[in-house]
Amino acid sequence: MEIVALQVLNSLFYAAVLFLIAAGLSLIFGVMGIVNMAHGSFYALGAYITAWSVAAAAGAFAPAALFIFLPLGAIAVALIGLAIEPTLIRPFYRRPEEYQLLVTFGLLLVLDDVIRLVWGGTPLTASRLVDSFGLVQVGGLPYPVYNLLMIGVGIAAAAALWAFVYRTKFGVLLRATAQDRRMAAALGIDVGRIYVLAFGLGCFMAGLAGAIVVPSQAAVLGMGVEVLVIAFVVVVIGGLGSLEGALVGALIVSALRTITIQFWEEFELAALYLIAAIVLLIRPTGLFGRKA
Amino acid sequence: MNRRRAALAAFVLIVLALVPAFAGTYQTQLLTYGLTLAIAALGFNLLLGYTGLLSFGHSAYFGAGAYAVALMMRYWGIASMELFILGGIVFSAALAALFGVVCVRHTRIFFAILTLALSQVLWTLAYKFFWITGGTDGLRVPFSKLTLLGGLVDFPGADAFARFISFYYYYVLVVFCVCVALMWLIVHSPFGKTLQAIRDNETRARFLGVRIWRYRWLAFLVSGIFTGLAGILWVPLNGLTTPDILYWPQSGKIVFFAVLGGFRNFSGPIVGAVIFNYLEVYAIAATEYWQLMLGAILIILVTFLPAGIVGSAARLGERFKRKERASA
Amino acid sequence: MTLLRTEKLKKHFGETHAVDGVDFIVNEGEFLSLVGTNGAGKTTLVNLISAFLAPDSGRIFIGDRDITTATVHERIRAGIARSFQLVNLFDDLTVLDNVALAIFARERKTQRILAIAERDAAVTGEASKLLGEFGLQAKSDSRAGGLAQGERKLLDVAVAYALRPKLLFLDEPTSGVSTRDKARIMDTVSAVVRGGGITAVVIEHDMDVVFKYSDRVVVMHEGRFLADGPPEEIRRNSDVARYLLGTDV
Repeated sequence: MEIVALQVLNSLFYAAVLFLIAAGLSLIFGVMGIVNMAHGSFYALGAYITAWSVAAAAGAFAPAALFIFLPLGAIAVALIGLAIEPTLIRPFYRRPEEYQLLVTFGLLLVLDDVIRLVWGGTPLTASRLVDSFGLVQVGGLPYPVYNLLMIGVGIAAAAALWAFVYRTKFGVLLRATAQDRRMAAALGIDVGRIYVLAFGLGCFMAGLAGAIVVPSQAAVLGMGVEVLVIAFVVVVIGGLGSLEGALVGALIVSALRTITIQFWEEFELAALYLIAAIVLLIRPTGLFGRKA
Repeated sequence: MNRRRAALAAFVLIVLALVPAFAGTYQTQLLTYGLTLAIAALGFNLLLGYTGLLSFGHSAYFGAGAYAVALMMRYWGIASMELFILGGIVFSAALAALFGVVCVRHTRIFFAILTLALSQVLWTLAYKFFWITGGTDGLRVPFSKLTLLGGLVDFPGADAFARFISFYYYYVLVVFCVCVALMWLIVHSPFGKTLQAIRDNETRARFLGVRIWRYRWLAFLVSGIFTGLAGILWVPLNGLTTPDILYWPQSGKIVFFAVLGGFRNFSGPIVGAVIFNYLEVYAIAATEYWQLMLGAILIILVTFLPAGIVGSAARLGERFKRKERASA
Repeated sequence: MTLLRTEKLKKHFGETHAVDGVDFIVNEGEFLSLVGTNGAGKTTLVNLISAFLAPDSGRIFIGDRDITTATVHERIRAGIARSFQLVNLFDDLTVLDNVALAIFARERKTQRILAIAERDAAVTGEASKLLGEFGLQAKSDSRAGGLAQGERKLLDVAVAYALRPKLLFLDEPTSGVSTRDKARIMDTVSAVVRGGGITAVVIEHDMDVVFKYSDRVVVMHEGRFLADGPPEEIRRNSDVARYLLGTDV
């Protein structure tokens, strides 16, 4: 019974990570109408940058203070995103969608190998960070405090994002641009600037997801595509372009994944995709989705 | 088909037929690889160039073909290439039919990621069910056990490799020609025109009474079969199939063939595949980071040369013709 | 004989009653114009009948057959065809191919995979002849995307016509075209459609065109039918004048 509680917590932890990635993907798609095939790579970059900086700074900081590198890692990824948007994304707004997909796919190939180039094939860990936060008793079994903190971060991020999109002035601009780009431009909104910022925010979230996960789970090659494929199931179930969908989808997918790993480990991905396929057949736009 | 194109095709065919006489075993082997990749590109482009669907998961069918051969050899003791082709096509077709049902209801973004994701699912299965598929070690397909033409030709003994290549090259060349002819017919048929109509204007096609889903699914199926056939022909050359062949960068290569050559014309992907084949051996393999180069070149191509090599050459040719006509 | 009949057809978009309980009857052989101000509901009505949209309530009949829930495919088989206000063509195919495709679709030959499309003499012959009737034969081998606007409009109609429907809906076939071209287009369309004995419903804004070419005029306003009759009668109708033309008779 206690083990179930632990599994639920693990599932929530992973759901927080998935939510950040899926929400980032949905945000970018909702506002710009683009799906960045390399979105998972930003997650991977977040993980690698964070792990690397935690290891590099280990001597100078108290273990728990290394926590600062999580948001720093996310910010670094956002900056990379802000550099990529004007060079690789913006020139392709007006071009047919195939070209957008092709260029971001090229980016995926590049980033995946750049990670290998910079950090090599050995997995990078940041587990000292998890250790530094200690353990807590959950139903008599030890559980990392770090995971609980990250679940908190996930909830906070969901709340902050919701507030940002629905309660701030910038959020209004974001939603207006998402609804009708031309109309927004006609109203004097600087659509280009909104696009860049939305893209940066989306990348930040992907990077943050990677930063959060890496203390718990080493950064390995191929993690970008692996997560893209799972994040996609989240978006299929929840609906592309919807924040509520990203949240609900993340919870569902994470729960499903935890269950399937328990019983049919080899079929994990296949089972997820079977469910995604069924959802697509019944509700092609997902639970909360909008049509592209 | 106009006379000039037919003449050009015949010329190319003659050159291809004469290659083994002048090139050594290694070069012939290399070109054989190129021809198998060209068949994969041909299949892929039915979806992209003619139906407007961009798949990032064609490694699934290429790998399915390769693994089908390996599994048949390993567990059923089959050695006949013809049986491999038959069995492999059935396997690839079944896979494409299944994946097609899921993917084809969607377009563009969803379609692209779904195809990628499904090929990854297949990859994880090949990887995890190692007691069947040999896992990361893969399965061997030694040419010495192979027979061609229903057992008429086989390759035992010492100097077998050179002999294998000299026969296998022609075998693949014949299949290649059949594939090209068949695909040419398909894209010029009423079915092919319907696919192009769907690509150009899905709404209008629907309002002509065309059932969009069905045609896309058929295109997906045919595409998967051609690419599967490429994998079947590829694996005896390679001697081995591993899960790598299903991993997503392999799909990226197939996409690259079409973009390099130009996906809006018939011969572009063929040219792209053959050129890439040489690029891979002589340039890209020089670096460990071939994936990085592939991605970078893809980005450059899409930005500056979206019509690909053949497409851009065709455009230049038209401009030249127009200038000539204007000055005449 | 009644070809089309709708019963209390309704479509609401939120607060707007785009089509508000419409009983529309079209008789065989008519050439009728559907007019009204912007937002009157004309295009929505055509969209409902051609299955582009699903109605909120009400029914649609072709002859005796209830097609309210029929799919696009089924409605086309039942004999409905339409052209589009914003020209909808297969831009990368030739003009001939555009029309040929409609004929292949009609003849159910679109699944033929091992035959060359151009060699089907019956289809290409008919396509050529049809292009001739529409005055587009000279452009047969040109890319559809490269035609002038007026020619594209004609081609759009030709493609729908090639389906040899029982009932043809033309959504603003002369919009976006110069005045001189308007007459040319309507002359051609009118001649071909009447010559083929096909029943047509034309959505049109230009009242001169409407009065010149139609047998019957149906006026829509705010989702309902305001008036319905031959052109002279409509011209004299004071309600129509007020709502549509902004004048008093």
